[in-house]
Amino acid sequence: MPRSKVTRTVSAPAPCSVDEPRPRPRAARVPVPRRTPKRYYGHGVPGIPADTLSGKLIVVEGADGSGRSTQIARLVAWLESHGHGTVQVGLKRSSLVREELERAQAGNILSRTTLSLFYATDFADQIENVILPALKAGFMVLADRYIYTLMARDIVRGIDEVWLRNLYGIALAPDVVFYLEVSPEELVQRNFAKSHALDYWESGMDLGLSRDMFDSFVQYQRLIIEQFRRLQRTYAFTIVNGDRSADEISRELQQKIATVLFGQR
Amino acid sequence: MLSKTFAELGFPGRLIAVEGIDGSGKSTQIYLVKRWLEQQGLKVFFSEWNSSELVKSATSRGKKTNLLTPTTFSLIHATDFADRYERQLVPLLRAGYLVLCDRYVFTAFARDVVRGCPPDWVRGIYGFAARPDLTFFFRTTLEVSLQRIRDSRRELKYFEAGMDLRLATDPEESYNIFQGRLLEQYLAMSREFGFHVIDANQPVEAQQSLVRPLLADRIPLADYAAQ
Repeated sequence: MPRSKVTRTVSAPAPCSVDEPRPRPRAARVPVPRRTPKRYYGHGVPGIPADTLSGKLIVVEGADGSGRSTQIARLVAWLESHGHGTVQVGLKRSSLVREELERAQAGNILSRTTLSLFYATDFADQIENVILPALKAGFMVLADRYIYTLMARDIVRGIDEVWLRNLYGIALAPDVVFYLEVSPEELVQRNFAKSHALDYWESGMDLGLSRDMFDSFVQYQRLIIEQFRRLQRTYAFTIVNGDRSADEISRELQQKIATVLFGQR
Repeated sequence: MLSKTFAELGFPGRLIAVEGIDGSGKSTQIYLVKRWLEQQGLKVFFSEWNSSELVKSATSRGKKTNLLTPTTFSLIHATDFADRYERQLVPLLRAGYLVLCDRYVFTAFARDVVRGCPPDWVRGIYGFAARPDLTFFFRTTLEVSLQRIRDSRRELKYFEAGMDLRLATDPEESYNIFQGRLLEQYLAMSREFGFHVIDANQPVEAQQSLVRPLLADRIPLADYAAQ
């Protein structure tokens, strides 16, 4: 792979200027990101050694309404304007089980271990068929949620964390993980502003926290935030204050990504 | 994981599993056990590997379109098992049923490892399951099981012959290599999980005459009578 020779690009001309939310045409020269070590959390995917992956895996985590999709769309535009190829992935997008998973959720018929394994299958399918091939080809892979959401949701439902860590030993450790943290009260407002309704699963209604959906939503999101803060200590992701404006958040994400791509500047 | 049986966990019901390579005749044997128990008026439930309705459609799509890798093959079967385990097996065992399983987690332990998944990973995933109260392993030679498949039905199935592993281009040759490796895995697990090994090269009746007394000896069948 031609990119494998690249070590540092500190001297490259103005890589990724960060303070513009909207991309403008760039200089013709496109600096190549530096190569950084990669690793799996556990045994990984048999046959694909982590050191053959030259692209970058960028993960954005956060509840519905935290601004994830907005930020990802902006990052894609920004990265592409700087000449980087991008690929997007997210939960429940595998061709293998997406359909069944959606049907199961609509009917609320699966118990917790089953649902957990269904999501893990969906994840495994995407890591093997989309994420790893794209990284091998040197793309920037933007993941709209990753294993941390799956783990947080399961832990809140009483699933053993050691069991989950073993399960997700197939996952690649991302180059950078952002968690957009938004208070439950603000999330409620944003969800209502968008669709005037709260989602059954995002409200954790299956947990029986409260029959009142509003109460359940707030309680459930609080439990999830707690888990994310706890997981942060293990997985060292960047917690981003999501209560700010989209522009401010973009700037923070771009800065951090520029550092990941080109080192300290 | 799998350290305790259902009896040890205080379940009133009992789980009996049969294992063996394809063509070992285990399905015939468990069917005859089922009929025998039913005729005694006992509460019996029979469950097959890979039979959860919802998961099955994903599995068959995956198999048909060759989408499955060793990792997803393993996970989708674990999903299927979890669905049956949580929604059927556990509630029935709580209700005092004799649950008969044609294949249990050992099938996954053998197959997934032969396909290249790490043993600890696979076992960890099935860590939520309890150990059967009784496990019969039907041991055949490869020649006998291959002959049975030929006699009874059909061509070898793609995954049964392990064709996805590209061990050989000829299905029979591939079957021999793949099922041979499975047999090794099963035998290695046999002592660890206390399999009752039945010589499955014998006639159907001879095997059944071994299985029935053993079962009656281990499980107080009268306790499982339906009202």
